[in-house]
Amino acid sequence: MTEHHDDHGHHHHDHDHSELSETELRVRALETVLAEKGYIESAALDAIIQAYETKIGPHNGARVVAKAWTDPAFKKALLEDGTKAVGTLGHVSRVGDHLVVIENTPQRHNMVVCTLCSCYPWEMLGLPPVWYKAAPYRSRAVKDPRGVLTDFGVSVPNDVEIRVWDSTAETRFLVLPMRPPGTEGWSEQQLTELVTRDSMIGTGFPKMPGAPS
Amino acid sequence: MNGVHDMGGMDGFGKVEPELNEPMFHTEWEARVLAMVRAMGAAGAFNIDTSRFYREALPPDVYLASSYYKKWLLGLEDMLVAKGYITADEVKAGHASAPSKPLKHGGFQIDDVERVMVRGKFGRPAPAPAKFKAGDRVRAKNIHPATHTRLPRYVRGHLGVIERDHGCHVFPDTAANEAGENPQWLYTVVFDGKELWGADADPTVKISIDAFEPYLELA
Repeated sequence: MTEHHDDHGHHHHDHDHSELSETELRVRALETVLAEKGYIESAALDAIIQAYETKIGPHNGARVVAKAWTDPAFKKALLEDGTKAVGTLGHVSRVGDHLVVIENTPQRHNMVVCTLCSCYPWEMLGLPPVWYKAAPYRSRAVKDPRGVLTDFGVSVPNDVEIRVWDSTAETRFLVLPMRPPGTEGWSEQQLTELVTRDSMIGTGFPKMPGAPS
Repeated sequence: MNGVHDMGGMDGFGKVEPELNEPMFHTEWEARVLAMVRAMGAAGAFNIDTSRFYREALPPDVYLASSYYKKWLLGLEDMLVAKGYITADEVKAGHASAPSKPLKHGGFQIDDVERVMVRGKFGRPAPAPAKFKAGDRVRAKNIHPATHTRLPRYVRGHLGVIERDHGCHVFPDTAANEAGENPQWLYTVVFDGKELWGADADPTVKISIDAFEPYLELA
């Protein structure tokens, strides 16, 4: 029985491996064809990947959130016109149009999904995680958001409204979470450390002061 | 199209499983696929709506069984073949053998990289005044276009309220078919959970979509 299991395991491993190689070869084939036809330079693809790896990520969104927590005028401007307000910070080279910032309050918790594909504010949060693009989240977020939050180990009180934003157009949504208690007098920089990616999607909360990072 | 990509409200896909410390890419080829899609789009081979439509048009079993970037790869191949930029034989052989087709913005080179890091602009001047305003009660039309649309099935036929007006934007339904930008007013429309999911639904849940004017009628 043990031997059988081992064989089975090996078989699956080889199978997965060869499937991966097949895709890898197919990707290489396509890139070679596109380069030979003069459509792309492979070095330009390297540069795109490097730019994604270094220029975007949740640190961009965290800076916006921390600023909004400490500067009421900025927060007001941010909620009125996300693109314009983020543009004034200058930390993202150029911000895409149609960034909408939505504020969590004691009465309302916001959560963002794209049921049709994977729309997500890349410049603010980086590339979306696999779960955001996968069927379980896309199917359930609009029908059973409290159940989805449970999957993240998060719960929102039953008397708080849950508002789910389905990103069906080129508008992009960033959740402004509530500032954690016990952070009075904290600097913008200190607050930035508390802002998690998931708190800006609405599937989590910011870290509490003193929580392990 | 009423495809499997339109997942809102479906049951049976299981729990959401976040991955701790997830890497940006799980394999090197995923990054190459992302870069190829961005580069060919920026070079003018297709617009974002067309690329979404090709992914949605993958056979349902392939769509559901493929990882995210695998879908991007398959959609990209199909789209470039359909538009005459490459042939299926070239992809199979892994080498070019047919003449190139000129790209709208020329080949994608290293100097163009900065351009793909900025989102495109989708706002357009209004061709007509807006039909709706914040507070209006509207119904999402019961329409089932066989081509690309951004009106998800789960709201069709249901009553909602206009909450925000985002101005006029490129209309994906026509842009995807390369039938023009056809700018339309875009609104955030809010639906009660009970309106969409029935009397037993959680009364504290509201759901919004961003809907183009042709998707809506005054209720």
